[in-house]
Amino acid sequence: MALTREQMAQRVARELKDGYYVNLGIGIPTLVANYVPADMDVMLQSENGLLGMGEFPTEAQLDADMINAGKQTVTARRGASIFNSAESFAMIRGGHVDLTVLGAFEVDVEGNIASWMIPGKLVKGMGGAMDLVAGADNIIVTMTHASKDGESKLLSRCSLPLTGAGCIRKVLTDLAYLEIENGAFILRETAPGVSVEEIIEKTAGKLIVADDVKEMTF
Amino acid sequence: MAGLDKRVATYEEALEGLTDNMTVLAGGFGLCGIPENLIAEIKRRGVKGLTVVSNNCGVDGFGLGVLLEQHQIRKMVASYVGENAEFERQLLSGELEVELTPQGTLAEKMRAGGAGIPAFYTATGYGTPVAEGKEVREFNGRKYIMEEAITGDFAIVKGWKADHYGNVVYRNTAQNFNPLAATAGKITVVEVEEIVEPGVLLPSEIHTPGIYVDRVIVGTFEKRIEKRTVKA
Repeated sequence: MALTREQMAQRVARELKDGYYVNLGIGIPTLVANYVPADMDVMLQSENGLLGMGEFPTEAQLDADMINAGKQTVTARRGASIFNSAESFAMIRGGHVDLTVLGAFEVDVEGNIASWMIPGKLVKGMGGAMDLVAGADNIIVTMTHASKDGESKLLSRCSLPLTGAGCIRKVLTDLAYLEIENGAFILRETAPGVSVEEIIEKTAGKLIVADDVKEMTF
Repeated sequence: MAGLDKRVATYEEALEGLTDNMTVLAGGFGLCGIPENLIAEIKRRGVKGLTVVSNNCGVDGFGLGVLLEQHQIRKMVASYVGENAEFERQLLSGELEVELTPQGTLAEKMRAGGAGIPAFYTATGYGTPVAEGKEVREFNGRKYIMEEAITGDFAIVKGWKADHYGNVVYRNTAQNFNPLAATAGKITVVEVEEIVEPGVLLPSEIHTPGIYVDRVIVGTFEKRIEKRTVKA
């Protein structure tokens, strides 16, 4: 079975470490916040200028001046700090964020990522995505393995305009966890009940099956 | 204090000197921390051909979106746009030019502009459409693109509190691009919720020192919420 969105978030959460500063993108990455282990202290960065994003507010706490990068109303947790946008991106570009999780349309064997622009469709902009992929060392891309029409999103060369070049090393799809090394996807883990053959079939770029490939458990 | 008293009484006075084809830097992220009343004054003045530099362009009928209604914006420099139907329509019809800029690059362009730094190198955007036509240089084995600073004829800024000297503090994440825009305007106008007596704001808590600020005005704000989200 392909992973659910919640399972994808759960799997990503296993990459968290106590004391990490983490930036979570919109969509599945946001759900990762629900799976931070109770014995870990992790600080979430929101690129509009908040380090230490807390839960959504109650009606009584609702504050138009307190939002996240997805423009949702949020709260600040204990230990949070607030700053301007240049400071926020200094953290990101300066490599101070320990883990960045974001979605994509495509990734390829060179670690290129395309996530912001589909030619012919209205382009809304890249927001902070280009800064995040260029600035972070430790990035996990979350996306479905193939499009609804069955087209692989793991390619030998991205077909869409890039968000960043050569910056992705880890990809979690609904079918597998893969790493990118030396011009190939390395299959490290399969989703429960998903065969290696299915993943091979749905991966367009060069794929190497690790000797110790594991099946994920939840 | 006379020469350093930045207070003005009316919005008309606050944007005196704003004319057609100028560049305006605006603070705000989404609808959070936007200079609502200064935007309304730009609309009232009817100036056209503006280049507006702001992370976003408001929504239909609110924020910078209101400047689209009478085609006052010729060019928009932003990281994320299109939350408004009129913006989309003008973009597709070619009436409006858009320069999409990564969010961190946009913030740094304003910071550099205000700090007298004409350009900087960043890895952001290398190998992407953003890099087209830009100088590439390698430092320590990594490729970077050159991005030029931005300054504006006017900067319009939303603060929380200011004093007579134009020292400003911002509230929560309504800070965002505001302090950066404030540094990079030839004329920087700050509207705030409250003007306090000098000495009330502690010197060590000031976000924007008064040296950057030319005019301060007190206003009332709707503070519309774009994505109201509460705990389930």
